[in-house]
Amino acid sequence: MIEARHLTRRYGSTVAVDALSFDVRPGSVTGFLGPNGSGKSTTMRLILGLDRCDAGQVRVGGRRYRDLRWPLREVGALLEARAFHPGRSARSHLAALAASNAIPRARVDEVLDLVGLTSAAGRRAGKFSLGMGQRLGVAAALLGDPAVLLLDEPVNGLDPEGVRWIRDLLKSLAAQGRTVFVSSHLISEMALTAERLVVIGRGRLLADTTVAELSAGSPSLEDAFFRLTSEAVEYQGNQAKETAS
Amino acid sequence: MTTTTEARVPNGHYGLAQAARMEWIKLRSLRSTWWTLLVTVAGTVGIGVAVGLNTRSAAGDVTNNALAGVVPGLLLTGVLGVLTMTSEYTSGTIRATVAAVPRRPLLLAAKAAVFGAVTLIVGEVASFIAFFAVGATLRDGVAAPTLGQPGVLRAVAVTGAGFCLIGLLGLGLGAIIRHSAAAVGVLVAGVYVAAQFIGFIAHGVASYMPILIVENSLSTTKPVTCGTDGAACPDFLSAWAGLGVLSLYAVIALTVGGWLLAQRDA
Ligand SMILES: Nc1ncnc2c1ncn2[C@@H]1O[C@H](COP(=O)(O)OP(=O)(O)OP(=O)(O)O)[C@@H](O)[C@H]1O
Ligand SMILES: [Mg+2]
Repeated sequence: MIEARHLTRRYGSTVAVDALSFDVRPGSVTGFLGPNGSGKSTTMRLILGLDRCDAGQVRVGGRRYRDLRWPLREVGALLEARAFHPGRSARSHLAALAASNAIPRARVDEVLDLVGLTSAAGRRAGKFSLGMGQRLGVAAALLGDPAVLLLDEPVNGLDPEGVRWIRDLLKSLAAQGRTVFVSSHLISEMALTAERLVVIGRGRLLADTTVAELSAGSPSLEDAFFRLTSEAVEYQGNQAKETAS
Repeated sequence: MTTTTEARVPNGHYGLAQAARMEWIKLRSLRSTWWTLLVTVAGTVGIGVAVGLNTRSAAGDVTNNALAGVVPGLLLTGVLGVLTMTSEYTSGTIRATVAAVPRRPLLLAAKAAVFGAVTLIVGEVASFIAFFAVGATLRDGVAAPTLGQPGVLRAVAVTGAGFCLIGLLGLGLGAIIRHSAAAVGVLVAGVYVAAQFIGFIAHGVASYMPILIVENSLSTTKPVTCGTDGAACPDFLSAWAGLGVLSLYAVIALTVGGWLLAQRDA
């Protein structure tokens, strides 16, 4: 269970997250959607206590993150940016994290196997491809067998097999009664993976709903998303001008 | 269903021991750590032997000459201290680290304990090897000092500790500044360059400069004098006072670093 209440964070004059309140419940995958720069990654960092909030608060399993007794055994997180040293092997990276929360060493090989990195575990992680780095991040998130999982764009860089693997993995974790909160830009992917949705725009809550509810009345979930966020898009591309005459 | 998953979490909570275990694995799993430490020892011994070979009379402080390689050697442990902290920021590892150990002052304490222990051992090894290697390679006619002579054991042991203290100073600066190049710059400027200027300008302060403490307080067996020009010579600290002042610098850097780490975004 994740409970965010009036979560607010400013960076200079930018209000990245603006009085955001929502709950993420156990037992289903909750998608976290919003246009570029809407504050998804910032919200994830606020939940983990990596960035401090200017106002409001967020609790995970009833406690503030910094008050957790064994953080990695309670919350697993995959962040947007790489969070490992290029000179260290995947196995050493995971072994270090495991040691910090007294997680048995055997669990390291278990998660390496789970994400399919066993054969690359001894190599320097700096040489990993985008998708391999992402798999290492997923392994780190699963390391403590946590009841709450936060994943910021987990399918970023994964091959089609990997995308399907993540989808099935997240669903099965939720089915075990875990809280799974996952951000993504791929609406079609979220339509397949998530049951519930939290949609934000410019740091504000736009919808806290189910996939079924949001897509009702629109041709697709994508159309419903565009309708919902049309007012809140900040960074928008434009149609290329035709040069051939 | 939450209760079943909550039940998996064991009693107690993480603490310094777990955080230190993590830091030890992180430190030892980087090849650069071992190379830097190897070069530190080799450089310290090599320079000591070279200076020892140029010592023509046992009238001077042969022990001090044997430990001449410590001054450049210290730079390496200092830089390693800086990089141990700043590489976490460069690579993004800091986020994984802080998510695993959210109490940040505790995290820095664990890092300092592990890094301090490793550099203390390496520093003592470098210092003692240099001492014995120089003793074995002195010119004919120059008597090798022994650890039993007054002040010799103290000088060698206390100089070894200097590696650890400069390393911890680097670690603290890394936590304060966070950028590798800037933090290394401040370390070199503070430890080496400032000493040269201040040594000229204000003699009273000069004896508190880290590098002058190492050269004139830690690695000497007898009080340093400046020959005939006594008036221009600062009163150097005793070995123990010098060790105290260096420790104080490291503690200040680590305290400020730990406080900032807790205030700032990871
Ligand atoms: N460390 C920071 N310093 C300054 N501004 C920041 C920082 N982190 C985020 N921001 C700003 O906060 C806003 C929200 O950014 P955030 O990365 O949370 O968005 P996002 O929803 O994750 O976007 P994307 O979909 O592109 O990943 C943006 O305007 C961004 O520029
Ligand atoms: Mg993002």
